[in-house]
Amino acid sequence: MTEMKGWKEIPIGGMILDAGNSEEYNTGDWRAFRPVSGEADCTNCMLCWLNCPDSSILVDAENEEMTGFDLKHCKGCGICAAVCPVNAGVIRRAEGEVEKDDPRLCIRMVEEGKFQEVGNE
Amino acid sequence: MSKFEALTGNAAVSNAMRQINPDVVAAYPITPQTDTVQTFSEFVADGLVDTEFVTVESEHSAMSACVGASAAGARVMTATSANGLALMWEIIYIAASNRCPIVMSLVNRALSAPINIHCDHSDVMGMRDSGWIILMSENGQEAYDNIIQAIRIGEHPDVLLPVAVCQDGFITSHSLERVELFEDGEVQDFVGTHEPQWPLLDVEDPKTYGPLDFYDYYYEHKRQQVEAMEKAHGVIREVTQEFNDRFGREYGLFEAYRMDDAEVAVIAANSTAGTAKTAVDNLRNQGLKAGLLKLRVFRPFPGQELAEALRGVSAVAVMDRAISFGSMDNAGPLFSEVVSALTLNDVHVPIADYVYGLGGRDIRPGEIENVYQEAFQMAENGKVERRVRYLGVRE
Repeated sequence: MTEMKGWKEIPIGGMILDAGNSEEYNTGDWRAFRPVSGEADCTNCMLCWLNCPDSSILVDAENEEMTGFDLKHCKGCGICAAVCPVNAGVIRRAEGEVEKDDPRLCIRMVEEGKFQEVGNE
Repeated sequence: MSKFEALTGNAAVSNAMRQINPDVVAAYPITPQTDTVQTFSEFVADGLVDTEFVTVESEHSAMSACVGASAAGARVMTATSANGLALMWEIIYIAASNRCPIVMSLVNRALSAPINIHCDHSDVMGMRDSGWIILMSENGQEAYDNIIQAIRIGEHPDVLLPVAVCQDGFITSHSLERVELFEDGEVQDFVGTHEPQWPLLDVEDPKTYGPLDFYDYYYEHKRQQVEAMEKAHGVIREVTQEFNDRFGREYGLFEAYRMDDAEVAVIAANSTAGTAKTAVDNLRNQGLKAGLLKLRVFRPFPGQELAEALRGVSAVAVMDRAISFGSMDNAGPLFSEVVSALTLNDVHVPIADYVYGLGGRDIRPGEIENVYQEAFQMAENGKVERRVRYLGVRE
């Protein structure tokens, strides 16, 4: 934890004088669900990148590839999984219900609490 | 050379605004607005000022626009009254907390309900804990003088707080009086140019105003506001002294009228102080040693100075043009402040509160003379018959 400053040491009125410091704020620590890549192959359509409200889809711009998730800032909202067309295909082809952490999906949303065991699958 | 004109209190303030030539004025243009803003809008239309004049759809928006413009780095002024101030409520606190040195002309009028447009101090007394500096004015001249000083007080780097300059609704705001207007250049020279330390419009050095501020730092920012209020005490003295020297005035934190050998004192603010001076003169002519303390600075409250000025009198009567409902004995807010100031500074004297003039009811010299007579009785008996009286209410 960073050292807490006294009232004489901080800008008045709650002003933030250093631009661009929101990156330092670890918004990922209140996540309840974690996006995890599943078995279905990603087509690099970039819809998840386009829709992510926290800019937490990591891409290799040169090779136009989606490479993973910025888990420091991802809040686990699941929009990436919801807009993923590969996920839609998996769900359409499946018989019966597909849970959102189903291993067959392209982007799975796994409960943080369960992640340890799922991670060991 | 200054010149004298017959002006209403509102027009006196409009002229101060014209001379200050603020960057932005945002105001609601319909009632309960006063003609301060209407007159100023004519100055804008006539090209006498460079001000960006923003008419908005509510007072909540007016104060919001003021906060935005102030954060952007502009010198900002506005005006309102009564329920208009009440509608600004949320942003009143935000203006002070974001440390925006906005200057507001506030014509004191009663709050609804029942609907009433006339003078009392319920509007300003509600904002007493909001973090604004509050100056009171006996007449249009004082409102004009205070508005000019308010710019310097609020924008002082040690302060950076908004300032409200009050005068009494209709009694002075809409009444013609002889007002001395200084030369435009003299006023501009006195207020100088606004040099914001952290303007949002400085895009080369971006910054954030008003972010989320939880239990880890909010408290520290409130402590900073306390410091600014503490500093304001000294800054108000400095600016007032400079104003007095330049323009030949004798302002202080309050005015002590015939207090030197006074046996009893009345404390009043705004136009009633003028009426009370007549009462004091009448009593003095009868050989009674009456004195008056006219409050000019209500926030930060000059408690210690006030107590020192009252040390030695044998009784005190406070005139309150508002009720703090449910407070001890349902007294007025000024009474509570004065009692605290006296008690904490070891001035122990019989003191009573006189609530008066609500909703614009007239207060006459004779009624104030009666207050003095009761104060002389308190002094003689050394005790208070009734702590709070509602002067002039029909039983």
